[in-house]
Amino acid sequence: MQRVRLEAVRKSYGPTTVLEEISLDIEPGEFLVLLGPSGCGKSTLLNIVAGLEDASGGRLLFGDRDVTRLPPDERDIAMVFQSYALYPTMTVRKNIGFGLKMRGEPAALVEERVREVAALLQIGHLLDRRPSQLSGGQQQRVAIGRALVRRPSVFLLDEPLSNLDAKLRADMRVELKRLHAESRRTTLYVTHDQVEAMTLATRIVVLEKGRIQQCDRPEVVYARPANRFVASFVGAPTMNFVEGRLEAAGDHAALRAGDGLIPLPGLAPAPGLKVGEPIVLGFRPEHVATASAGETGTVPGRVLMSEPTGPDLYVLFGLAGQTITARLPPGTDLPPQAAVPLRLDGAAASLFRPADGQRLN
Amino acid sequence: MNAMRRGALYLMLTVAALAVLFPLLVMLSTSLKPLDEVTNGSLFALPQDPTLDAWRKAWGSACISGQCSGLSVWFANSFAIVIPALFGSLALGAITGYALSLRSSRWSDLLFAALLIGLFIPPQVTLYPMIVLVREMGLFGSLPGLVFVHLVWGLAFVTLLFRNFFLSVPRDLLKSARVDGAGFLATFWYVLLPLSLPVAAVALVLQFTYIWNDFLLGLTFAGPGRQPVTVALNTLAGSQFGAQEHNVNMAATVIAALPTILVYFLSGRLFVRGIAAGAVKG
Repeated sequence: MQRVRLEAVRKSYGPTTVLEEISLDIEPGEFLVLLGPSGCGKSTLLNIVAGLEDASGGRLLFGDRDVTRLPPDERDIAMVFQSYALYPTMTVRKNIGFGLKMRGEPAALVEERVREVAALLQIGHLLDRRPSQLSGGQQQRVAIGRALVRRPSVFLLDEPLSNLDAKLRADMRVELKRLHAESRRTTLYVTHDQVEAMTLATRIVVLEKGRIQQCDRPEVVYARPANRFVASFVGAPTMNFVEGRLEAAGDHAALRAGDGLIPLPGLAPAPGLKVGEPIVLGFRPEHVATASAGETGTVPGRVLMSEPTGPDLYVLFGLAGQTITARLPPGTDLPPQAAVPLRLDGAAASLFRPADGQRLN
Repeated sequence: MNAMRRGALYLMLTVAALAVLFPLLVMLSTSLKPLDEVTNGSLFALPQDPTLDAWRKAWGSACISGQCSGLSVWFANSFAIVIPALFGSLALGAITGYALSLRSSRWSDLLFAALLIGLFIPPQVTLYPMIVLVREMGLFGSLPGLVFVHLVWGLAFVTLLFRNFFLSVPRDLLKSARVDGAGFLATFWYVLLPLSLPVAAVALVLQFTYIWNDFLLGLTFAGPGRQPVTVALNTLAGSQFGAQEHNVNMAATVIAALPTILVYFLSGRLFVRGIAAGAVKG
C-alpha cells in the first residue's frame, strides 16, 4: 500500500516531447490503468515510475519519499513486461527468486517465498523448467510471480496480456483482478485495450499525445467522456458522432443535422448552450432504440446492414445523412433498406464543442 | 530423378572434400613412412611399412635451434601463450562488448567504430609501434609481453562478436534485471553471459586458431626459447643443415596442427549454432 504522486512529470527526447506535464495522485491500493493508443506516452510514463527512464522534469513521490532520482531497485517496485522478459537460461525457480537473491536474502527464505508465490499462481509443478519449455500463459504467470515475490509496494504492469490469445487473456484478467483484490497493492497498469481498462481499473487515465485526456472511474470515462478523443477511444463499437446545430423541439432539445432533425428527449440543458449553436452530438450504440410508427420524438432511420454477434445485434443505420451503429436486442427483424423510426436517449447523450472536441454537458 | 540429383550432389561434395583433404592425407601418409621410402618412393604412394618413428623423433628428439628435444618443448610454450591470451581476450572482449552494447553514452558507438579499425589493419602495419610500446612497458621478449600483444589484437574481433550478440538481446531483459536489483556486473554474469555461450564458442575457436597459428607475433615478441610451436616448426623445416627429413617435418606439422583441429571438432556444434545465433531469436 503506497501512495504515488506525480508532480508535473515531463519527458522529452531532444526536441520531441513525449510527455507534457503529467500530474497524478494515485491512492494507496488503487488499480490505475493508463490507457491510450500506441505512441501516446503511456509506457514511457510507466518506465519513469519504474526508474528505468529519467524524467526530464518534475517530481515523483512514493508516500513522502522523493524517488525521482532513485534507481529501480531502491524504489520498492516490481514490474511485469509485455514480453515477460524471463531470464532464458534460468529455471522458473531461479527466475522468480532472482530479485530476492540480488537483494541478498538467505537461500532458505528465497526458496520459501518462491514456493509460496508458485502455489498462489498454480505453477508449483513448473519450478524446474526453463522459460522455453513453458506455454505463453505459463510464462505470463512466472512473470507475475517474479513481480509478486518481491512484495513491492507498487506493482507496475506494461501491457502484460497483449501476447496472450483471447481466451487466456480473459482468464488472466480475472486472475489479475483476484490478485489485486487479495493483495491490495497500488498497481499501475498500461494497456491499449479498453476492455482491460474497463474491467480492471479503479480509475482510468486516458493518455493521448503525452497529455492526460481524462482521469476518472471507468463508468464515468465511459458515460461522460471528457472529449471526443476519449469518447471515440473508449467503447466498442465506438460512439456515434453527428455534427449539427442545437435546436428546440417542443419540450426537449434536438439536433438539426443536414435536413434531418434528431430529437433528444431527456437531454438536460447545459449551462451556456444556446439554440443554433454548432455542436457534435455523441451517443453510444446502446442508447438507440427502435420505436413504433406514429410515436413522437423519433427520427427516421434506414437499415444499411445487420451484424448479429450473439448476445447483441449491431445495426448500421443511415440517419440524417450519417451512418450510425445501434445495439439492439438479438432477433430484431430488420430487413435491409427498411425504414425504421429510432429514438435516442438524450439523457445519455454527450455534446462536444466542434472546435476543440471538449465536452459541453 | 531425385536419386540422380542426390547422387550428383554427393559426388560434388566428395570431390570438394577430397580437394580439401588431399594435402592433409599426403602429410599423414608421408609422416608414417620411413625416410628411405620418402626419398626413393612417390609422394602419393601409401606407406609400405608404416612406422611412428618420424612422429617420435618430431615430438621428442628432433634438433631445433640447437636443442635436440623435439617439438614437445615448443608445444608447451604454445600452450603457455594460448591459454592466458585466449581466456584473457575472451573475458576482456565479452565485458567490453557488453559495455558497448548498452550504448549508455553517445560515445559508445564512436568508441566501437574506433575499435573496429583494429580489425582492418594487418598486424604487420603496427608491428613496429607495438614493439616500442611493449619495450617501454618492459615486457619485450617475455611471455607476458606476447600475451599482452595477443590481447590487444584479439580485442577488436572478440568485442565485435559479443557486442553484436548482446545488442540482439531484448532490452526488456536488461530492464527486468535492473528492476530485480542486478547491477552492471551482476546482469552480465547472471543474465547475459549464460546466454552468450554459443558466441563464446565461436570466439574461443577462432581466437584459439588465430593465436595458436600465429607466427609473426610469436617470433617477434616471445624472446628466444619461449617461442611458440609455429616458429619451431619453421626452424625445423627450414633447417639448412644435413638432409631434409620430410617424414619428420610432416609429422611435426601434423602435431602442430592437431590442437586446432581438436578444438574445432570439440566445439563444432556450438560453433555452427553461434554463427547462426544472430539469425535465431530466443
